[in-house]
Amino acid sequence: MKIVVCIKQVPATGADKRYTDDLRLDRNGVEAIINPLDEYAIEQALRLVDDGTVENVTYLTMGPEQASEALRRALAMGGDDAVLVTDPALAGADEWATAKVLAAALDKLAPDVALMGMASDDARGSLVPGAVAAMRDLPLLSYGAELAVGNGAARVRRLSATGFDWITAPLPVVATVTDQVGEPRYASLKGIMAAKRKPLETWSLAEVGLSADELSGAALTRVTDARPPEAKPPTERIENVPPAEAATKIADWLAARKLI
Amino acid sequence: MTYLLTREHDELRAMVRQLATERIAPRAAEIDEKAEFPHDLKDLLAQQDLLGTCFEERHGGTALDTIAQSILVEEIARADATTSLIPIVQKLGSLPIILAGNQEQKDSYLPRLASGEWLIAFGLTEAAAGSDVAANRMRATRDGDEYILNGSKRFITHGSIANVLTVFALTDPDAGGRKGMSAFIVEAVAPGFATPRVEHKMGIRGSPTAELTFDDVRVPVANRLGEEGDGFKIAMATLDRSRLSIAAQAVGIAQGALDASVSYAADRQQFGQRVVDFQGIQWMLADMASQTEAARQLTYAAAARVDASAQDLPYWTSSAKLVAGDVAMKVTTDAVQVLGGYGYITEYPVERMMRDAKITQLYEGTQQIQRLIVARQLLQRAGVAKRGS
Repeated sequence: MKIVVCIKQVPATGADKRYTDDLRLDRNGVEAIINPLDEYAIEQALRLVDDGTVENVTYLTMGPEQASEALRRALAMGGDDAVLVTDPALAGADEWATAKVLAAALDKLAPDVALMGMASDDARGSLVPGAVAAMRDLPLLSYGAELAVGNGAARVRRLSATGFDWITAPLPVVATVTDQVGEPRYASLKGIMAAKRKPLETWSLAEVGLSADELSGAALTRVTDARPPEAKPPTERIENVPPAEAATKIADWLAARKLI
Repeated sequence: MTYLLTREHDELRAMVRQLATERIAPRAAEIDEKAEFPHDLKDLLAQQDLLGTCFEERHGGTALDTIAQSILVEEIARADATTSLIPIVQKLGSLPIILAGNQEQKDSYLPRLASGEWLIAFGLTEAAAGSDVAANRMRATRDGDEYILNGSKRFITHGSIANVLTVFALTDPDAGGRKGMSAFIVEAVAPGFATPRVEHKMGIRGSPTAELTFDDVRVPVANRLGEEGDGFKIAMATLDRSRLSIAAQAVGIAQGALDASVSYAADRQQFGQRVVDFQGIQWMLADMASQTEAARQLTYAAAARVDASAQDLPYWTSSAKLVAGDVAMKVTTDAVQVLGGYGYITEYPVERMMRDAKITQLYEGTQQIQRLIVARQLLQRAGVAKRGS
C-alpha cells in the first residue's frame, strides 16, 4: 500500500504578506513552512504506517526550488521519499494549473491514495483536491476526520451535522483530511538527520509529460486585486471595575445591539 | 580559532524552540510551584532524541558537536531552567564514563542513558566539600572483587531519581582527595544506598537536589572508572567540560527574561504610551540584549574549544560560565524591574527566572572558583604562575 501526500509550502502563519507588482505573493525573505493543514495529512499517512497498513509514503509538491525545504521537513517527520515538480513555466500557477501538474505527477507515481490537506493556509481555494480527482477520473473522499484503508478500498469518517458519515470508495482514490485527524507529530532529532539522506527527486514539467503550452501560461484565472481584510473595530475592554458594575456594562452593551 | 554556526545548528534551534514554546514553557510555572520533576517532559525529550546528543551513534546517541549541545540547553532553558537540567545532568553524570570508562562500561551503561531509559547523577559534592573538592571524605574500601562505599553526598542534582550515579570516594585516605580519590559507577538499586533528603530550593525547584547516603554499598571492581587515585583528575576533566552546559543554561534563562520583558513592555501602557517607547526602558532592554548576546558568543567560542580539545580549555569554559552566570542574574533582575510590580508576582515568568538564574552563579563551581581557574590559566600563560600551582 502506497500513499502520496501532496503538500504545499506557504508563508509562515502570521507572516507579513506582501504582493509583487503582478499581484503574486512575494516569497522573498518570508519564512516558509509546510501548510499547517497539510501536516494533518502527513500525520494521517504516518499513522497508517505506524499501524502497518501502509508500506510507503511519498511526498509531492509543486513549487519553486526552495519548496524542497518543505519536503525535507516532511521527511523528518517520517515517510520514505519525495518529489518536487519545479519549472520556470510554472511561475504564477493557479489552482487549475497546479491540479494539472499534480495529477500528471500522480499518474506517474500511481499511489493507492493521494492524500491532501483540506485547504492551504495562503490562498484557501480548496479547489485542487477535487480538480486532481476529476482530472484523474478517481473518487474523491473529502474532509475526512480519519482515513482508513484496506480490502481494496479507502474510507473516510466525515463529521456531519448529526454525527458522522463513513464514505467508502474503491482504490485508488484522492482523499483530504481535516485537523480532526490528531496533532501532527514533532520531527525527532534522528528524524531530521535521517531526512537528509532520504531520496528527493526534482522533476521538470516535461518529466511529468506536460508542456508549457498545455498550461496556458500556468493560469486560467487572473488576480485583479489583493487587499488585506478590513480591520475589526478595537475590542472594548471593561477593566478595573467591581463585578456587578462590569456585568451591568456588558448587559447594556448587548442590549444596545439588540442581542438581549 | 573561529567558529561558525551551521545550517544544522539553525535547524536544531528551530526544532527545540518549537518544542520548548509549545510543550515546555506552558508547564514551567506549575513545575516551579509544585517542585515536581517533569517526568512527562523527560519522556518528551527522550522521544525526540534530545537526551542523547552527547553520546556516540553506536551507543544510540547523535554525537552532536558542543555548540549544538549548547544550543539545545539554551533553547530549553529559555522556556524552563528546570527542564534544561535534564540533558545537562544526563551529560554531567555520563562524562566520567565517556572520558574514563572502558569499552565494557561504556557499552553497558551509555545506551540506556542516550535513550533516556535511565537517568544518571553526578555524586561529587559533600556537605563539607563543596568548592574544596579535595576535602572529600567518603570512603571506598577494597574487599576482594568489590569496593565497600561508606559516607554521604549532598546537593546532588537528580540524586533521588537517578537509576545510576557516578560517585567519587577515597580509596587511599592518607593520600588525600587529590591523589587518593577514585570514581565509581553505582546503580541506585544497590543495597545500602539511600536518598534520605531532598532540598527545598529557591529556584530550579522541579529538579530534585538530594542527599545521598552510602551504608556498606558494595560496588564491583569492574565499576571503577580508570585506576585507583584517578578520581580527582576525572572529576576536574568532567567539570572543565560540563560547566559549559551551565553557561548555555544561563544564556537561555537570560534570553527568556529578555523576551518576556520586550513582550510585556510592548503591551503595557502608562502615561498614555507603551512602556517600551520610554527611552529609559529601551536602554535597559538594549543592555540586556547585548549582554546576553556577548555571553552566548563566548559560550559558543568555548564550545568550539571543547571539540578541539584546546590546551587552555578551562580558561574558556570557566570564562563563559562566569560571564553567562552573571549576565543571567543581571538580566533577570532587570527583567523584574521592567515588569515592575507584575515582575514580582508569579503570574509572570520573570520572578521565577530570577530565582532560577541565581543557581548558575553557584553550581558546577561558584563564580569565585571560576575566577580562580581563569586567573590560574592567565598567570600560566604569562609565565608568572607560582611554582606547583
